[in-house]
Amino acid sequence: MTFKGYRRKDGSVGVRNYVAVIPTVGCVNEAAWRISREVDGCAPFLHHQGCCQLSPDIAQIQRVLVGLGNNPNVGAVLLVSLGCETICAEEVKNLISPKKQVALVRLQELGGLTSTVAEGVQEARNLVSEIRQDRVAADMRGLTVGVKCGASDATSGIAANPATGAAVDMLVDQGATVIFGETTEVLGAEHILANRAIDKAVGTRLIEKVQQMEGRVKAFGVDMRGGQPTPGNIRGGITTIEEKSLGAIVKGGNRPIKGVLEYGESPTSPGLYFMDSPGREMEFLTGVVSGGSQIILFTTGIGAPQGFPLVPVIKITGNLKTYQRLEEHMDVDVSNIIEGTESVEDAGNRILDSILEKASGKPVKAEIAGYDASGINTNIYATGPVI
Amino acid sequence: MHRKALVIHKRDNVAVAVSAIHAGETVIVEREKGEEVVLKDDIAFGHKFALVDLEPGETVVKYGEIIGQASKKIRRGEHVHVHNMESRRGRGDWEKP
Repeated sequence: MTFKGYRRKDGSVGVRNYVAVIPTVGCVNEAAWRISREVDGCAPFLHHQGCCQLSPDIAQIQRVLVGLGNNPNVGAVLLVSLGCETICAEEVKNLISPKKQVALVRLQELGGLTSTVAEGVQEARNLVSEIRQDRVAADMRGLTVGVKCGASDATSGIAANPATGAAVDMLVDQGATVIFGETTEVLGAEHILANRAIDKAVGTRLIEKVQQMEGRVKAFGVDMRGGQPTPGNIRGGITTIEEKSLGAIVKGGNRPIKGVLEYGESPTSPGLYFMDSPGREMEFLTGVVSGGSQIILFTTGIGAPQGFPLVPVIKITGNLKTYQRLEEHMDVDVSNIIEGTESVEDAGNRILDSILEKASGKPVKAEIAGYDASGINTNIYATGPVI
Repeated sequence: MHRKALVIHKRDNVAVAVSAIHAGETVIVEREKGEEVVLKDDIAFGHKFALVDLEPGETVVKYGEIIGQASKKIRRGEHVHVHNMESRRGRGDWEKP
């Protein structure tokens, strides 16, 4: 089983070939966005972090900025800095693989927005021409797939998530790496995942991460319902977080869980991993892309429309009405599982086919719609206060 | 025949409607064996109804696992949702200050 991708100097294989334009602090999103808009082949990743935050968050944000730069879909990086932010732009530049070209422009040094955009556009054009290359065949060991469910309804747990879980098992068996997560959406199902951990230490770590997340929720002294499950989940028939979690975890398939990753951390060997991460799309997708995912499987019931600027996001739904109503955003329909006319295994095979096709260059619906080509629907997860 | 409701696991005490069902309708669900349930409420697509009577505090089971508890008395065939069941997790409102 192979796909065709862009072989990088560090040995990784991209399924897309972008110059990532990444601000080191939210204050220069404007400049980063204007630069990327001017140059074909650029993809902006915008966010609202990088300054006036405590050191654990700053460390996490730095890890993610570096991780995004190192993602195989990124051929080269243009960092856009303000100059006075807490994040050290040079450090981010130096921590990205030495085998990847990284340019840096700084607004306070260059004399403002206009001159920074002009300089940035020049740098970006040079980088785009540097990374031009053809696709070559690569095996599945070169593929990391992120898995997410969003805007779930009762069909998610009985169709889209089990079918995706079947595809995840096939990916892992083929030597690929798969990252799932959404720690909040494990509450009530953590015992099942812990039993699938490769050893006791991994299982214990997973339970600890769930307890920490639940602790942060309880510290507010309120019922989390309305936040999780969301009002949309509740309208779709999901009553409690436990019910949502039990339906959500099946998207991670049945293979042993090899490790628990910090938010944005990259796995070091193939297999199935759990990333400590929130359920919200903007932050979750960033985490798995920073962790090296070149492609994302995203299941939905009610219909989540967004993609991600650096990676193709494949939308899978088991709700036929959603597939028909939101066809602009849906890639794979697995509603036949509910009708009883297709097996979970067969639907999983169709998802795997879609991965190979999209990894080899065929655009997903989010890319066709340009959702999110502007890079504005993304953020980096932080757990502490903005100060 | 088009199926109207699913029991996901044999230990479950709720079923999931896979098409809209009206109050008064009788549906057949497959648990240990086929059984008839008379619906007491309208059930929307994706929503749950009880297969047994439940007292407040009794656990609601779906996917063969506990998904919460009854917050009111629930009778067989009734809609089971936020009006009569609740979560046991993430309950900051249950914590003593």
